[in-house]
Amino acid sequence: MSERIGLEASHAAAEAARMADVDVIAAYPITPQTHIPERLAEMVANGELDAAYIPVESEHSAMSTCVGAAAVGARTFTATAGPGLEYMHNVLYVASAMRLPVVMTVANRALSAPLSIWGDHSDAMSVRDTGWIQVFCQNSQEAFDMTLWAFRVGEDAGVLLPVMVHLDGFHLTHVTEPVILPEQEEVDKFLPKFHYPFALDPDKPMTLGAFAPPDVYSEAKVAQEVALRKSKAVVIKGFEELGDIFGRYYHPVEPYKTEGAKTLLLTMGSFSETAKTVIDAKKDRGESVGLINLRLWRPFPFKELRQAVKSAEILIVFDRCISFGGPGGPVSSEIRSTLYDEKQRPKVVSFIGGLGGRDMSAKDFEYVIDRGREIAENGSEELYETVGIRGKVTDIRG
Amino acid sequence: MTEKRLKTGPDFTWRDMEVGNVITEAGNAALRETGDWRTQRPIVDKEKCNKCGLCWLHCPDAAIKPLEDGYYENDLFYCKGCGICAKVCPKGAITMIEEEEK
Repeated sequence: MSERIGLEASHAAAEAARMADVDVIAAYPITPQTHIPERLAEMVANGELDAAYIPVESEHSAMSTCVGAAAVGARTFTATAGPGLEYMHNVLYVASAMRLPVVMTVANRALSAPLSIWGDHSDAMSVRDTGWIQVFCQNSQEAFDMTLWAFRVGEDAGVLLPVMVHLDGFHLTHVTEPVILPEQEEVDKFLPKFHYPFALDPDKPMTLGAFAPPDVYSEAKVAQEVALRKSKAVVIKGFEELGDIFGRYYHPVEPYKTEGAKTLLLTMGSFSETAKTVIDAKKDRGESVGLINLRLWRPFPFKELRQAVKSAEILIVFDRCISFGGPGGPVSSEIRSTLYDEKQRPKVVSFIGGLGGRDMSAKDFEYVIDRGREIAENGSEELYETVGIRGKVTDIRG
Repeated sequence: MTEKRLKTGPDFTWRDMEVGNVITEAGNAALRETGDWRTQRPIVDKEKCNKCGLCWLHCPDAAIKPLEDGYYENDLFYCKGCGICAKVCPKGAITMIEEEEK
């Protein structure tokens, strides 16, 4: 019997790593760290989890250690947040290019300056091109499910790529919610043992992480790019298998009450849950609205997104990150680009909000939808609007 | 055992890359012609050479081979033309000449 208990999302992610029976955990234990490695350290110390726990001196070392551990075929896990993710940035590329299926939970946090430890998606967006598979979670249950799923997909013999599981800092990581924990047998059924085909072995000498002169670098990068794009099939298969065993089905793009809706709002992560309550209220008042929760961020689900929004007239995209000097929020500009060649496509309106932990309440999402429709109808000289900003902004133009 | 070959050249496509760019056979570095970007090469004057072996000892690419008669020979497949051998030779028996001078 699976059990339903109250768990902080961070602890749910740690619980998933424990039930996945990870071999190596390497993490920097101080701010901006979360309760995820803290709980795992406790589990290892208490004998609840038989793993090598390596408390390293920095996030750069944490990811480097994960790269080494995965290269010997160990099931490897780490967690970080905000500036920590930035500090391991270059090693993220090493993990993906070397095709090492490290799993990492990221508590999405703002980047300094000004110094902020609160949540937004600036860290996630800065690593979007690192070649990792990336998903966003709405709640504690998903923090558990996606972490477990990450091992299943990343370690698949046809994938072998690292996976990042994004949890909104504080709004999700530090919130206690009911979580259904499965039985170990169910987890073992879902997640087979990890066999890395290129594990370092003194009896079978190989070179990992070799240097590539200009005559092969492009070939290496294209091979990596194709591998990430092709991983989508296993991403979806993993979602299906998870659903069949645990009864909770996930999708790359998750439409909520979008049938026949003229206006769609697109959100990611925990904000989608707040947005759903607004959609419900607006639907009750007879408004033609729906929500798209974008779960899979890399590889980007082009086909699914086009399908989900093709009948809508207006698509309002809510970003939690500024692309300084760029064409709007990173998500909105990618969505515009996804729809650019479509004959029939909704008008895309871009909003940015929830920066550095600013709460976005139901009222704010209501404003976003109402104002979004207004902008779609009358146009706006600004590339995007920042929700709740004090003072009129008139200089963000293309 | 299959013959070792360097994975490069016009027939080698992105599909031929191993997963993660792993090199599955050990010892491939010997196949890579590191001398192909040399701009200068060492010329040895056997008259001056006293077979001390300092050039062989200092060569950072192991591109100098001892011969049976006690002299040393540059392996231009690997020699990058750094000129260290010429610098350390106590007899001034090695001179670097421009590649174009052939």
